[in-house]
Amino acid sequence: MLRFVLRRLLITIPTILVVITLTWGLIRLAPGNFYSGEKPIPKAIENNIREKYGLNKPWYVQYGKMMGHVLLLDFGTSLKYEGQSVNGIIARSLPVSAAIGLSAYLLALLVGITLGSFAALKQNSKLDYASMALAMVGISVPNFVLGPILVLIFSLTLYWLPPARWYGFPSRGMVLPVLTLSGIYMAYIARLTRAGMLEVLRSDYIRTARSKGLSERQVVMRHALRGGLMPVVSFTGPALAFLLTGTVVVERLFTLPGLGNYFIQASLNRDEPLIIGIVSFIAITLLLMNLVVDIAYAYLDPRIRY
Amino acid sequence: MLPIEMTNNGNLLEVTDLRTYFDTEDGIVKAVDGISFQLKRGETLGIVGESGSGKSVTNLSILRLVPTPPGKIVSGEVIFDGQDLLTLNNEAVRHIRGRRIAMIFQDPMTSLNPFMKVSRQLMEMTRLHLGHTKQQAYEHAVKMLETVGIPDARARADNYPHEFSGGMRQRVMIAMALSCEPELLIADEPTTALDVTIQAQILELIKRLKQATGTSVILITHDLGIVAGMTDHLLVMYAGKIFEQAPTKELFATPGNPYTKGLLRSVPDPTAEQGELYQIPGLPPDVAHLPPGCPFAARCDRVQEICHREFPPFVQLTADHCSLCHFAHEVYEESRAETAGRSSESKL
Amino acid sequence: MNEDKRVSEPEVIHTPPEFVVAEEELHTPPGEEIVAGTSLWRDAWRRLLKNRLAVFGMIVVILVAVASLVGPEIIKRVNGFGPDYIPSDSRLIKSFAPFRAPDGSFSWTHPMGTDNQGRDIMARVLQGGQISLMVGIIATIVSLLIGVAYGAVAGYLGGRIDNLMMRFVDILYSLPYIILVIVLLAMFRSSTAVGQLVLLFIALGSVSWLTMARIVRGQVLSLKNQEFVLAARATGVSTTRIIFRHIVPNTLGPVIVYATLTIPTVMLSEAFLSYLGFGVQPPLASWGSLASDGIQNIAIFPWQLIFPGLTMALTLFSLNFLGDGLRDALDPQMRKV
Repeated sequence: MLRFVLRRLLITIPTILVVITLTWGLIRLAPGNFYSGEKPIPKAIENNIREKYGLNKPWYVQYGKMMGHVLLLDFGTSLKYEGQSVNGIIARSLPVSAAIGLSAYLLALLVGITLGSFAALKQNSKLDYASMALAMVGISVPNFVLGPILVLIFSLTLYWLPPARWYGFPSRGMVLPVLTLSGIYMAYIARLTRAGMLEVLRSDYIRTARSKGLSERQVVMRHALRGGLMPVVSFTGPALAFLLTGTVVVERLFTLPGLGNYFIQASLNRDEPLIIGIVSFIAITLLLMNLVVDIAYAYLDPRIRY
Repeated sequence: MLPIEMTNNGNLLEVTDLRTYFDTEDGIVKAVDGISFQLKRGETLGIVGESGSGKSVTNLSILRLVPTPPGKIVSGEVIFDGQDLLTLNNEAVRHIRGRRIAMIFQDPMTSLNPFMKVSRQLMEMTRLHLGHTKQQAYEHAVKMLETVGIPDARARADNYPHEFSGGMRQRVMIAMALSCEPELLIADEPTTALDVTIQAQILELIKRLKQATGTSVILITHDLGIVAGMTDHLLVMYAGKIFEQAPTKELFATPGNPYTKGLLRSVPDPTAEQGELYQIPGLPPDVAHLPPGCPFAARCDRVQEICHREFPPFVQLTADHCSLCHFAHEVYEESRAETAGRSSESKL
Repeated sequence: MNEDKRVSEPEVIHTPPEFVVAEEELHTPPGEEIVAGTSLWRDAWRRLLKNRLAVFGMIVVILVAVASLVGPEIIKRVNGFGPDYIPSDSRLIKSFAPFRAPDGSFSWTHPMGTDNQGRDIMARVLQGGQISLMVGIIATIVSLLIGVAYGAVAGYLGGRIDNLMMRFVDILYSLPYIILVIVLLAMFRSSTAVGQLVLLFIALGSVSWLTMARIVRGQVLSLKNQEFVLAARATGVSTTRIIFRHIVPNTLGPVIVYATLTIPTVMLSEAFLSYLGFGVQPPLASWGSLASDGIQNIAIFPWQLIFPGLTMALTLFSLNFLGDGLRDALDPQMRKV
């Protein structure tokens, strides 16, 4: 197991470097600069700016400096939010994104697994069709359409929940963002669970369990659920990546000061240190999470040994 | 051996006119279509047939394990020790499954839960049916594993199924099936997925345990070779029907059905010096679209015009020997003549 | 039909969630389409027609596509409210509710209402459909071309090259590519709307081909040792010709299925990027950008969001059902009963 983790880390590190290099390359290859705006800037001022940020040095020196930041996990100062360290911004915005994202995923697991299992157990029943149609709706309605509709209903019409802003964790203000974000996961997880459970319920070992005289409930809870949920476990890795894109939308919809919002702002502002910082942070987190999911998978499925 | 009609009382299992149909896209598949047979306590019954002949579905129907939908038991009675299993409520059937009737399946690789330790899978049986405590159940599981010949059973009890070889897994399945001392053991192709040398060991084990416990056994197989020394009675199934039914010795000596004869000829004979291995020509029929006449007609070597037109009768040849064929008597007489010829040859 | 399906050894594959719908294809060997000729397609068609949800999906998709193509022009001819027509009367430059005339009475003129500039929302939604469907289809074609070529070559050549090529795909899979797409679109922001659209095709197409490559490779691996390929090789047909004339056409079934399922995911990504301001730029509009404009006014003029949003959702919903139905029809073996 230790060897597997080490080997995976060895593959992971170059992947992270590739992501960062690609991002840096994209920023540098694109025409224009972070300081260039509507009006042209006098040459002398431009030279000063280039001098200050080291943009007059050869590209490999700049690349080396950037990589040095990444390796030390200290991403320097933001260009746009003057005087604020990138690390500080990440430390401040991460808890917001994490609270929303993880709550949404937990909710999605709970609802998705329940719906999916019942759909599989009552295959071709009305319940099955209803939950699968619902899941299809969940996959088809973009979250930036779902969110405002929820706001329209629960905030602007019923006045039950606040329509926007961050009120801390936990708070009633989290309800709508979490619901908005979790919709599509619920749908995916319900579909995955149903497919996984149907496959397992047809398998030989479930027939064996039934032939032992176990009740249907025991067959499902003890024997079927474990195998049926394995696809959901392996979905968790990509789900975390997807969650990121989801939080970007939700944070913007509900004006939450999360990582995604800062990332979009940084991209629009060409705030290079902040972009590099957030991308590195996201890449590292994602790849570590994938590693954790792989280990969990191996732990849950005794047949897999690395 | 008493004639069939006189042994009805004292039967452990009586299956009467069992029909199990599957609703598929191609139409209704009559996987089991009017099967009747009896099994006495302590007896071993063999059910032989090619794949798709309905032998497995017959036995899944006995315990109501046919996946529904698409399968459905359309009619029939399965009287087990005086109770009709097909009309019993689910709760009552569950108390019979595993406790009084246990099953072993074909593929030991997939029939054990891959996510669960072997010990737990065995313990589940006795905890459920015999009310064992964890401790008792564990000790019992180890004892059962020893009984079926798992070396170092105590240490291996906590392994997962994939850590066992195919033969060992089938032993685990047998240990599990026998852990509540069932009155009937249904073994559905228990050796098909195994190596030849392992096959013999597993059969020997089933035979030994059967003698030790007095359990009745239904042994399902497509291989006539393995039922010869193990069973008292044989059923030959084809296209969801019983084609021939007889005591094992009699069926081997004087088969009364062309299909059985074909099957017997296709058993490799290690003493034969040369000659090609016989194979019944053609493929088993599409059970969803059976022709009106005899389902075997297209492959039969003595087919007549009537065979295509009319469904054959179930002919009683002797007290406990029946055959589904228009020419059952003729085939039977031929077999007798051949056997007589062979025994006189060997006397010379 | 599926009774004998073996429990395949689970693999740890990380698939971008957009592709999870099609994940099951990866584990399944190719169906019978290898041997069958036209009757396979006729069979598939018959099975598709039996699937009511898929038929519903197909009808809706066709209706939406036709309406998007001809709708804006028809509306323009009927009442003069083309998608970009801003009324000259300044009293009309405001957002009217659906079926409401300026005096508040019932009117058929704007069944979906108007936007802040008095433009007819129905005409705009239909025109937005042109862009949304175009992005979906073109980006899918880009991903198709890359994916099929890549997968076919990797599968056919096999051995070390295959290994290397698929390892590369694995690495790309684990990248947070949406992040890269955002950086790309933000940095290379085109000054023209058409330029931005082309950028969008490239960005979305170049990240959606991975699963296609895997599916095609799997198919090719099992096809390449079939008799007809061996026969072609024995008669001296060139490798390129074998791959693209003999093998690729035989992978058509799964490719069609997967392409159908890729269209809605690409459309969803387009909408997502448009919402963030990186996608379709004015004067062009897509469902995503229309909905995103509508969000500003959700409290007062909810129809500005609801109509583009629901039209899009309905279309994606139908495409997904059609894709699922096609999968069931084209490969009975893949079917989840």
